[in-house]
Amino acid sequence: MYDKLWLIPLFPFVGFLINGLLGRKIKNEKIVGGIATLAIFASFVVSCKYFLQLLGDDVKVHEVIVASWMNVGPLNVDWGFLLDPLSGLMMMNVSGLATLITLYSIGYMHGEDGYPRFFSYMNLFSFAMLMLVLGNNALVLFVGWEGVGLCSYLLIGYYYEKKSASDAGKKAFVVNRVGDFGFLLGLFTLFWSLGQKGVWTIRFTEISANVHLLENGGLIVTIVTLCFFLGATGKSAQIPLYTWLPDAMEGPTPVSALIHAATMVTAGVYMIGRMNGLFAMAPDTMMVIAIVGGATALFAATIGLAQNDIKRVLAYSTVSQLGYMFLAMGVGAFTAGIFHLLTHAFFKACLFLGSGSVIHGLHHAYHHAHLHDDPQDMRNMGGLRKKMPITFITFLVSTLAIAGIPFFSGFFSKDEILWWAFASTRGHWGLWLAGALAAALTAFYMFRLVFMTFFGEQKTDARAKDHIPESPFVITLPLMILATLAAFGGLLGIPHVLGANLGHIPNYIEHYLSPVFEHTQHLHHIHAHGAASTEFSFMAISVGIAIFGIGLAWVMYCKNPALPGRLVGSFKGLHRAIFNKWYVDELYDALVVNPTKNLGTQLWQIFDVRIVDGMVNGVAKLVRALGAALRYLQTGYTHSYAMSMVLGVVAIIALCIYQ
Amino acid sequence: MSEHLLSLMTFIPLLGALVVLVLPKGNGGLLRSVTLVVTLITFVVSLPLAMDPVFKTSAEMQYTEFAKWISVGDYFQMNYNVGIDGISLWLVMLTTFIMPISVLSTWQAVTKNVKGYMAMMLLLETAMLGAFISLDLFLFYIFWELMLIPMYFMIGIWGGANRIYAAVKFFIYTAVGSLLMLVAIIYLYYYAVGSGVAMNGFSIADFYNLSLNPELQKWMFLAFAFSFAIKVPMFPVHTWLPDAHTEAPTAGSVILAAVMLKMGTYGYVRFAMPLFPEALHHFMPWLASLSVIGIIYGALVAMMQKDVKKLVAYSSVSHLGFVMLGLFALNNIGVSGAILQMINHGISTGALFLIVGFIYERRHTRMISEFGGLSKQMPIFATIFMIVTLSSIGLPATNGFVGEFLILMGAFESELRWFAAVATSGVILAAVYMLWMFQRVMFGKLDNPKNQVLKDLSIRELCVILPLMVFVFWIGVYPNTFLEKMAPSVDHFVYQVTGKSPVVVESVVPACSSAHAAPAEVAPHHGDEHAHH
Repeated sequence: MYDKLWLIPLFPFVGFLINGLLGRKIKNEKIVGGIATLAIFASFVVSCKYFLQLLGDDVKVHEVIVASWMNVGPLNVDWGFLLDPLSGLMMMNVSGLATLITLYSIGYMHGEDGYPRFFSYMNLFSFAMLMLVLGNNALVLFVGWEGVGLCSYLLIGYYYEKKSASDAGKKAFVVNRVGDFGFLLGLFTLFWSLGQKGVWTIRFTEISANVHLLENGGLIVTIVTLCFFLGATGKSAQIPLYTWLPDAMEGPTPVSALIHAATMVTAGVYMIGRMNGLFAMAPDTMMVIAIVGGATALFAATIGLAQNDIKRVLAYSTVSQLGYMFLAMGVGAFTAGIFHLLTHAFFKACLFLGSGSVIHGLHHAYHHAHLHDDPQDMRNMGGLRKKMPITFITFLVSTLAIAGIPFFSGFFSKDEILWWAFASTRGHWGLWLAGALAAALTAFYMFRLVFMTFFGEQKTDARAKDHIPESPFVITLPLMILATLAAFGGLLGIPHVLGANLGHIPNYIEHYLSPVFEHTQHLHHIHAHGAASTEFSFMAISVGIAIFGIGLAWVMYCKNPALPGRLVGSFKGLHRAIFNKWYVDELYDALVVNPTKNLGTQLWQIFDVRIVDGMVNGVAKLVRALGAALRYLQTGYTHSYAMSMVLGVVAIIALCIYQ
Repeated sequence: MSEHLLSLMTFIPLLGALVVLVLPKGNGGLLRSVTLVVTLITFVVSLPLAMDPVFKTSAEMQYTEFAKWISVGDYFQMNYNVGIDGISLWLVMLTTFIMPISVLSTWQAVTKNVKGYMAMMLLLETAMLGAFISLDLFLFYIFWELMLIPMYFMIGIWGGANRIYAAVKFFIYTAVGSLLMLVAIIYLYYYAVGSGVAMNGFSIADFYNLSLNPELQKWMFLAFAFSFAIKVPMFPVHTWLPDAHTEAPTAGSVILAAVMLKMGTYGYVRFAMPLFPEALHHFMPWLASLSVIGIIYGALVAMMQKDVKKLVAYSSVSHLGFVMLGLFALNNIGVSGAILQMINHGISTGALFLIVGFIYERRHTRMISEFGGLSKQMPIFATIFMIVTLSSIGLPATNGFVGEFLILMGAFESELRWFAAVATSGVILAAVYMLWMFQRVMFGKLDNPKNQVLKDLSIRELCVILPLMVFVFWIGVYPNTFLEKMAPSVDHFVYQVTGKSPVVVESVVPACSSAHAAPAEVAPHHGDEHAHH
């Protein structure tokens, strides 16, 4: 029934092989891009088939083992896949968005050097991401986990001749490795602790069926989950490991949309959802997750306020929105977290692709006018809504969604998170406050971006300003599809208080995901409690916050454009700190990177060269001095020592024989 | 035929060396071709070993051969006693597989005294194979010493600018180790004979059965362990390695890294650990510490190297630290991982040295700063270099991951939990030094004019490197080919050193089938709990 599940990752892998091996020979861009898009589209089609099949199936968990991987003693690992509502949703999300973004790339990457390389990496990424979400055990997940990291590395460094790009790629890989270190430690501890109870497994179904053997709230589960969470902070760009994501914007924009917004960076959220039974047993870890999530949401939003690079604003916004997802997971609002993962994928992919469309247009204009201005700097934009109407409308829709304007998708998911942050049995009003403040900042900096880019007078260089085209259909089509999803996707998860008053609309996503999360929430008494009136007032506050943020942006960037400059003037120090990302990169360099390099040099120059080699050479000198004294007996050449040694052995043997 | 398979395999290269010695000196092409053919024949002869299913079920020595060799009355007896089990099997295969690749890699690099060079290579192969198949300690020692001489000459004659220093250092280090071992072997033999044990020569099987008092075990263990530690090399006796590697010709580095370092780890598996299990446990904290220090130390020092070859050499110190940690885990996961990682290191680091050789032959420099932007000029080379880099840093689905994962998992399940936790941070450092090097060599602008004319890999070079690529993915995706044949021997080894049978759990889900698991909240199914202790 589900035995062809492996086709889903296989298609993009084949696409990767074709373009990777033959792409440079094909030469025709359309064929290369077409193969890549078809490969991932085929996997989307199969995903749809199985998704629908799962919807109609009473059994909600299916495992397919394709082959064994490693079997050593108590460790048995298979190449196996797991389809349940959670992985089903993720595979739809991944294959669907990857299809749209690969299609978009055909237009966006037109004329780039290394076109086939780009598309083969995109397919390889889709393969790895699908392995990640469909893996039936922690190690297959880890294959995808590191695989997406590799593709991220390769695609961030796509323009490898640029030092900043290859630096950013390396940084992403290394920072993610810090997270992977945590993931591995978590896995080792889990395997060992379950093994002590007689269950040697790393399969997710067996883990969740046996976690009750571990002590609820005990040290072991806390350590295991904290280690896994360290892994999540790497992949999903949370404090303290978020610093690689803003730099990752060195990659081509479709990469930012697919990998660094919609799919890969949500892997940490998915992983927690996948092991929710384990995480729920560790309330301390859950609290850490919620605090880190809330703090990241707020912290990243502050940095987003002052950036001028359109993609960097979106990057910090992504870090911030991921913070919301972790906040949700931390307070036990698993469904809300996954729901926000989904809506965020829609609107943030649309925003990134929209920014790509803008960059593409400006790049074209600058190229036409032989200018070398930065096409990503918002200070060179303005008034683009007339030049690029489709890009503008779709971008605006997505911005309304992220700002949390009612009935756009982000409103429902973010509001659900904020409500749980406040009202969950594992929530706290402080968490709500962090989330609410971040929401205000989000509305502000996103509309700052919209106003600077699409409204006001056009600040593009006069020689280029009349040559900005709307992007071709292959770029605008994905934008329109994504904007539609960003607008209406939220209707999948209308909260009960609202749904009840709107003619009994059910909360589809909650119902759909209940086989995955309900048991855990029930077992650990995790639920949001509060009167309907309270929930309504919180909703109203959210909307108020969003409108306030938008209004402030309008005052500062439309009505009174001189105001931001004056404000910067009066808060110089603060602005510089925000603009320089609170100097966190510099701090890490000073505390970790440079000391490590120094240590390496010292160990080499002092321990290896002076101490150990000093002793060895000393012995050699001694031998040489003796040799000088006895040089009539010995030649001083080491190969004659070697020879005499062999002769000596032979002599001993001979002596023994004829004794 | 099959009862003399091991001898045949071992002495074909020696025969080849004799043939090479009578060939005309000037005809380099002929000398190279003959050597290549001889190593290929040796490989083909060894293939039936790898395909023999007996290793899946038996921990016994297979393909054994026995002949009385030298005897002196009742007192001193040396035998020709050889055989392999599921552990030495893979080291033998690695050797016969790497040799033709090494010969082919020096096709153009070695022009000085080709005859001598090729004879040395073949002599070296016989010595290495002999050491892996020896079941008699004295025989082992003879092959072990024999190995030293050709390698010494390869570095000293065909090496780089600083070759004499490197060769002498290599010699002093290993000779000191060997002599200690020789003393220990002879002492052990006379101790056994003196205590009335009927010894069949220096048969290892008989030595295993000796019961030594703890104090004696300690001294004997130290002698063996020190000697093998130099070869591995373990921190802090590793400093011969960077010099030897840097100065050796490409093939020398490949053989040194791929096979000769394994002689040290193999020495632990076959001799030092099972002969003196109590001493092993006594020194365990020290041994585990040195392994973990080696992992971190090697990585940190590798990071700061300016010479690519030296960087790879220091990375070996780090990787071999992992192997030793896996062995010291003393459970089947860790030991299997360690043995697999010996093979993996041979493949990945062998490939890295070949890669360094490729660019050295083109530019005659190995300084990282001389390169940059090569990806643009040499895309095929870039792809292969990337794959090897990823394998070296242990990306899942490459060989390096499976080995490292099993080692760390095994060490974590053992008493070395905290050591394993520290060692795991090695995966971060590995990514740092390898990717930083890759970036500086391959990425950036191609602005050095000398690099702008470089040619991509030739057909010969592809033939050299592609066979290694096959195993990068084979072991990464389906390591069971190798694991299942070493399992009985590994379990036996664990029994030898701990006195306990290791935990084995059969896989419940048969391969290639579809299972519909129960929903997660349903009670646990106890299908896979028949762990027998």
